Amino acid sequence: MITVIPACAGMTNTEKTMHNYLTIENARMVFDTKKGKFVALTDINLNVKQGEFISLIGHSGCGKSTLLNLVAGLLDATDGVLLLNEREIKGPGPDRGMVFQHHSLLPWLSCFGNVHLAVERVFGAKESKRQLKARTEAALELVHLAHAMHKLPGEISGGMKQRVGIARALAMEPKVLLMDEPFGALDALTRASLQDELMRIVSETQATTLMVTHDVDEAVLLSDRIVMMTNGPAATIGEVLTVDLPRPRDRLALAGNARYHHLRGQVLEFLYQKQLKQAA
Amino acid sequence: MSAVSIEESSLQDIMKQPETISIDPAEAPVKPRPAPLFETERGRAMLEGLGTAFRWAIPPVIGIVLFIFLWQIVSASGGESGLPGPVKTWESAQVLFADPFYDNGPNDKGIGWNILHSLYRVGAGFGLAALVGIPLGFMIGRFAFLSGMLSPIISLLRPVSPLAWLPIGLYVFKETEPASLWVIFISSIWPIILNTAAGVARVPQDYLNVARVLNLSEWKIFTRILFPSVLPHMMTGIRLSIGVAWLVIVAAEMLTGGTGLGFWVWDEWNNLNVEHIIIAIFVVGIVGLLLEQILMLIARRFNYE
Repeated sequence: MITVIPACAGMTNTEKTMHNYLTIENARMVFDTKKGKFVALTDINLNVKQGEFISLIGHSGCGKSTLLNLVAGLLDATDGVLLLNEREIKGPGPDRGMVFQHHSLLPWLSCFGNVHLAVERVFGAKESKRQLKARTEAALELVHLAHAMHKLPGEISGGMKQRVGIARALAMEPKVLLMDEPFGALDALTRASLQDELMRIVSETQATTLMVTHDVDEAVLLSDRIVMMTNGPAATIGEVLTVDLPRPRDRLALAGNARYHHLRGQVLEFLYQKQLKQAA
Repeated sequence: MSAVSIEESSLQDIMKQPETISIDPAEAPVKPRPAPLFETERGRAMLEGLGTAFRWAIPPVIGIVLFIFLWQIVSASGGESGLPGPVKTWESAQVLFADPFYDNGPNDKGIGWNILHSLYRVGAGFGLAALVGIPLGFMIGRFAFLSGMLSPIISLLRPVSPLAWLPIGLYVFKETEPASLWVIFISSIWPIILNTAAGVARVPQDYLNVARVLNLSEWKIFTRILFPSVLPHMMTGIRLSIGVAWLVIVAAEMLTGGTGLGFWVWDEWNNLNVEHIIIAIFVVGIVGLLLEQILMLIARRFNYE
């Protein structure tokens, strides 16, 4: 019997449902390259509960994107098991909404068209055209883009494109939201406002989220837990840090919060003392 | 105190002098004169636009004038048996285009008919090439095996001069009309295949990842992602193909005869009507230019970069 308790703002992950929603057991990823076998990831074990927000952080080349792609199904693990809601992950599917680093909107479709493509795929078989349209519009309203619905991606800013990307992922009502450095290509101000929006959206939708980032502040601000990865090759999970800051979180209030600075310090310590990247 | 002081009396003297202009209230204009056109905002914009148009138009105009001038020198230096000059050619063209659609039997048709016949052959030959080339290009781009299989054949056949295919066409079809279509087809198919295949191979991985994550059906992948993404490359292929087809048709029609611009050039050569040959060269050039421009215009519509 699985009881799904909707997580509320202010709860920590221990109070959320104890059921492991996403399970990764002994995952290992080996690539065949021209120079022979390359072990990207090894001994990856991670349990994610429903409604949890997990950040993957590590130096570049540590395989955090590879791990995300394993969950997305874009890559097949060489060894190990990946389970989502007790089903094995085999190939990509619309139950995992992916937000790409470079928005990946189709430039010949309007914002509406881009989101609608995803909505149609997931709900097209069982819902009417009007319902599909309503879903698409609702997703764009969620990211505050109702006004730019009929514009082409080329006509809107980088931050807006990324919001369409988030709307597209969320409109599918995925079990897990996967984000690959979603704000990495944006300027600092746009990034901050999108982080705030993401916090609002995640608390509204209770989305289980896995986010790759290289931004320590972003990780501490948004996450319930931060998964810190060791350097590759043969990268694995080094430490997992629980962020026990109450929600809703406010970036201005946190700036003077001792607990926030302590957590932030721990991530920095891991990245720059324990896993200091050798100068290439 | 001002530096210059004028007594009131001397001021009145100045007013009385004939040089001083006084306006009779009856003569004064009721309305203020409108500002000169070129001082208004609109006027200035017009001037600027005129200047840009001028700068843009001047080099081509000089080029064309120089070209006609050189042509005149070349034709004049040949004396009686020299090339017809610009004036003579122009007069001849006026006669020719006065009645472009007369029809005096199979070997004597107006210039309009000849242009249309050539365009029809290009259209038909190219249409067949597109019908075969576009799907083939998609398959070569999508399946590495097919690409490996066909690329040596394409590399071998592509550099062959178009007219070398004509005897094959004549032998197989036993008739000139399908033979000339065959030549157009075989010479214009390569740019379509190669550009379409390159376009498919260059569909950004990001878009294909979107397709995979959404688990789109093959049909949706084709209509929503592959086709729009490849379209600009395809348009380049089509443009190159039609360019080649138009180049080839004149040569092919010279050999096959009957109708068309190429046949007409050859016919006028037999009649030793050199003005008409020169006119034909201009017509071929202008029609080719128009085709190119129209296709560029269409291509711009599908460019999302």
